Amino acid sequence: MTNTKTYRNSFIALIIILIVCFIGNISLGSVSISTKEIFNSLFGTADNYIILNYRLPKAVTAILVGSGLGISGLLMQTLFRNPLAGPFVLGISSGASLGVALIILGSGLFGGAMASLFMFKWSIVIAASLGSFLVLLAVMLVSSKVRDTMAILIIGLMFGSITAAIVSVLSYFSSAEQLQQYIFWGFGSLGNLSWNELFIFFIIYCIGILMTIASIKALNTFLLGENYAKSLGLNIKQSRLIIILATSLLAGTITAFAGPIAFIGLAIPHMTRQIFNTSNHKILLPAVFLFGAIIMLICDSIAQLPTSDYTLPINAITSLIGAPVVIWLLIRKRKMMF
Amino acid sequence: MTNKSNQHIILKTDKLSIGYKTKKKETVISSNITIELHKGELIGLVGANGIGKSTLLKTITNVQQALNGDIFINKKTLETYYANELAKAMSLVLTEPIASKNLSVFEVVALGRQPYTNWVGNLSENDFLIINQALQQTNIDDLKHKKCFELSDGQLQKVMIARALAQDTDLIILDEPTTHLDMYHKAYILKLLQRLTKETGKTILFSSHEIDLAIQLCDSMIVMTEDAVVSNSPNKLISQGVFENLFPDDLISFDKNSESFKVNK
Repeated sequence: MTNTKTYRNSFIALIIILIVCFIGNISLGSVSISTKEIFNSLFGTADNYIILNYRLPKAVTAILVGSGLGISGLLMQTLFRNPLAGPFVLGISSGASLGVALIILGSGLFGGAMASLFMFKWSIVIAASLGSFLVLLAVMLVSSKVRDTMAILIIGLMFGSITAAIVSVLSYFSSAEQLQQYIFWGFGSLGNLSWNELFIFFIIYCIGILMTIASIKALNTFLLGENYAKSLGLNIKQSRLIIILATSLLAGTITAFAGPIAFIGLAIPHMTRQIFNTSNHKILLPAVFLFGAIIMLICDSIAQLPTSDYTLPINAITSLIGAPVVIWLLIRKRKMMF
Repeated sequence: MTNKSNQHIILKTDKLSIGYKTKKKETVISSNITIELHKGELIGLVGANGIGKSTLLKTITNVQQALNGDIFINKKTLETYYANELAKAMSLVLTEPIASKNLSVFEVVALGRQPYTNWVGNLSENDFLIINQALQQTNIDDLKHKKCFELSDGQLQKVMIARALAQDTDLIILDEPTTHLDMYHKAYILKLLQRLTKETGKTILFSSHEIDLAIQLCDSMIVMTEDAVVSNSPNKLISQGVFENLFPDDLISFDKNSESFKVNK
């Protein structure tokens, strides 16, 4: 639609910032490693265990999580025609949490069969994706009955409350050990993934991204509203389903592998729109990808508390950064656009 | 007067019944509607509130199913159109606002090219040509970089008409394009539609409550009353006395000399 060339400089700048953040993220940590050693490890001439098996997968995870959540937030803001939509607000992350809670905590209720039958990690991934898909589908069904976008957000919040209530019931019946496991999952973590897990994560992520790219034209058409989109010959039901599937794949697997990470999905698309003053998804999509990856790398670097032995929960850091950003946008801009 | 049967028919309905169907019963709003829309004509659809103007428009734009009868667009029945094919035959201007006011005017008009663009929506040189032509025909070329939230209602309506023009269809249907506009802009928009039918040869159908203006500007009018749906040129409709029956006569009545409605003194 608008000329892509006008945004070329912004894109180049973002790519450079991303590379700097990526290297910066790998350089920082509890153990100090020299810059030379880092570059040698990255280019395969040295074999630093911490870099290759801990920091590098963590940095890659941060990129996938940040960009994936940002994109799923963008998809939902367009689909629900609501600037406040995001994986958290619409209860999709709660759905994933419920799935995970059923696996971790529910094993006490349903006997140990579930946990031992499947490989534990994979059952969490499947449960989280399924949970987020079901909640998104439910929100979608209800929102087709109510036209009011405010009502959709409230319904999303209500779904969140319901899942939270089920989780508390489950926690009441589960052991201290299971509870601890669930709470740690709830803190969110980017550093728990092995290369094998990261590989699976990457494949599902790519499927979600491919579906999103295939929906670019439909997403732009949705900006006019559903009736206009229909009059332009768009197959609404099919496009909507693909967008929902992409969102739940992205948000679901990210929540499964990295825990519930708040505010990135809501805040990133709006921060991106401050720089890229367009609604064209052909430009917004790569921009949100870069922005999400950068912010997540920065959040992770802060969470590491460089030079100290402590690591803060990543979920807390993203909320501390994301929530003020949303408030600031609402106060300064008065109106949030999508 | 040219002989209308020789003119190219864009849209035709045959004994059309419109209304709502639930599992239990059918609610017929209007029936036996037989109308013809000819190429290059401006047609006004008028009638009292709740008489079924919106339902008729929804039915001929395939938003809602007809209860009975047939609708032909370019001699082909509406049901046999694929979604993308219909998008190249008929474009709409709806009463609802567009979802994202953050779109620029150019972007909105460019979205009219969606049925013709590739899978990712890239615009070809021909697309740019048609978009710019639509911007010029509606006199909004100077607004093209503005965002929609910066526009007045009148400007926004012109943008939506430009978008429909960019869709490059034989038929453009507008649902109450003059609501929310002041007296000047009501006349401006309808005059613009009249000019567009002359310049582009497109057929434009609009529903409106501006009966006085429609009588002055339309080539043909469709008048919906409780008893029947009548379609003819404004002059003939006046001589047939159709407008006298449009509203209850306790408050306003049609004055044939001034061709407009007057409040009873």
